[in-house]
Amino acid sequence: MGALEIINFYLVPGLVVGSIYALGAVGITLVFAILRYAHLAHGDLATLGAFLGLGLVTALGISPYLALPAVMVLTAVVAVGIDRVFYDYLRERPKIVTVMASLGIALMVRAIVQVVWGVDSQTYTRGIVRPENWFGIRVRDRELITILAMIALVVALQLFLQRSKWGKAMRAMSDNPDLALLSGVDNGKVVTITWVIVGGLCAAAGLFLGLNFELKAMMGWSMLLPMFAAAILGGVGRVEGAVIGGLIVGVAEEMSTLFLPTEYKAATAFAILLLMLLVRPTGLLRGKVL
Amino acid sequence: MEWIGFANYAVYMAIFICIYALLSLGLNIQWGFTGLFNAGIAGFFAVGAYTSAVLTSPAADGRLGGFDLPFWVGWIGAMVAAALIAWPIGKICLRFRSDYLAIATIGVAEIIRLVIKSEDWLTNSARGITDIPRPLGDLPYTMSQLAYLAIVMAILLVVYLMVERQIASPWGRMMRAIRDNEDAARAMGKDVPYRRLEAFIFGSALMGLGGALFAHFNRSITPEAIDPMVATFLVWIMLILGGSGNNRGAILGVAVVWVIWSVSEIVTDQFPHEYAVKAKYLRIFLIGLMLQLVLRFRPEGLLPEASGERKPVGKTGN
Repeated sequence: MGALEIINFYLVPGLVVGSIYALGAVGITLVFAILRYAHLAHGDLATLGAFLGLGLVTALGISPYLALPAVMVLTAVVAVGIDRVFYDYLRERPKIVTVMASLGIALMVRAIVQVVWGVDSQTYTRGIVRPENWFGIRVRDRELITILAMIALVVALQLFLQRSKWGKAMRAMSDNPDLALLSGVDNGKVVTITWVIVGGLCAAAGLFLGLNFELKAMMGWSMLLPMFAAAILGGVGRVEGAVIGGLIVGVAEEMSTLFLPTEYKAATAFAILLLMLLVRPTGLLRGKVL
Repeated sequence: MEWIGFANYAVYMAIFICIYALLSLGLNIQWGFTGLFNAGIAGFFAVGAYTSAVLTSPAADGRLGGFDLPFWVGWIGAMVAAALIAWPIGKICLRFRSDYLAIATIGVAEIIRLVIKSEDWLTNSARGITDIPRPLGDLPYTMSQLAYLAIVMAILLVVYLMVERQIASPWGRMMRAIRDNEDAARAMGKDVPYRRLEAFIFGSALMGLGGALFAHFNRSITPEAIDPMVATFLVWIMLILGGSGNNRGAILGVAVVWVIWSVSEIVTDQFPHEYAVKAKYLRIFLIGLMLQLVLRFRPEGLLPEASGERKPVGKTGN
């Protein structure tokens, strides 16, 4: 098998799916680091974003790319709403209680998707898209856009975290919430901003997953394990780590089909997760260990 | 003849309640007494079900076994197999906060589901394993159901008494100390990860046993027999509603939730087909909402954990 085939059949699809995992993993790593719990409804929130996108695409007849900003805003509102209604009052209780609540939210969100949009697979656009040929490397436009959009969103997020006042407040709360509170950081506002960002990223992950594959009620849930594997691989709390982790998990999953039956793609993420917890729980970029 | 059907249904429900009660007691050891978040209950359940099925079913072509062993060998085998799966997961994850265990158990349940669905030689994949013997299954229908109910009730009673005894022992006190203040327990010289591993394995073995009892009750097991997320979540809501940290609460929660769950299924099955499918998901939504409400308004559950306060030693005259 030549290098081109490896690139075309394994590396490119791996990077595409890895970019989608990266978008989700960044959100997971932010929740883990700032709010300090594993958010198990993350995948299903992405599913909701994807289907909200489908709603806009079918109702207004616009392209999914145009729907992306609106879907990110809508899902951000839903995420903030979920936090206000369900997670907020658990803040004083042990964090694991919120993990449990988020498992319930995962089922509830998925149930809503199943009631509203049914259980059959759907797509944004019909027809087969032929990949473009770039010096022998075959990439579809939507795949290129997925990767570029992921990079753009992450760069914007990094700028926000490094430069803006609220970004700094988020990082302060991630380092030490009590100290941040004492220094005048409004924890409640930071929580809200975190959920806005996380909800938006979730929606983007879901929309690009739906764009490159298909929309299913279980699409987000099956993404949960790779997203967590990516967040832990990169180091909890490290945004750039989550991106690297997502890309590695995506490529590793595609490569695994060289040695393993395709059914076991999901096992790759699990193996990476356990391996990291075993040998280097801080992740590649020295994140937190809760 | 109406009442015979009703009685049969009641026996059927009671058997399911006993099986779920075993899962709930297993989860209570993990969550209620030790604070471990196991989100892969269905995985351990399935491992138990399939292990016992392979061990006890008659020999079949194209898959491992069956070995035609007596049912009790299958049940012990189910517990051992579930414990063997739990061991490496717990070994790796219990050094960290319970969040990591939650993710890893979701993963292990997913892998188990994939293996069951795709490994022909082991589980006969989609067709599943049939002809699993049921103890006293040769009796007429009603007698056989009643006999099986007696068996699962006896097992549940033994398990309940053993867990109660274990929890009342110094070991149980130590586990609650670890749950409530890990640092203090560690300072007292307790090996926290090791003790958590004990509880995780013990609870998982009970879940395996529950799976085995389920497989023998149905006389067959297929990958579609249980919806992993719904089954796991039902056990969680049963325990939280009943009262985590209280074994009687754990069993009461099972009875309450299972009756609500089954009755709502009967109701929604009356709907026309197109609504019935949606109603199924509405039920899942409501069970999720129920968890949120219990967590918010009655986090201690119907039967709260005994506070553990004791009379001062001097005043009781001991």
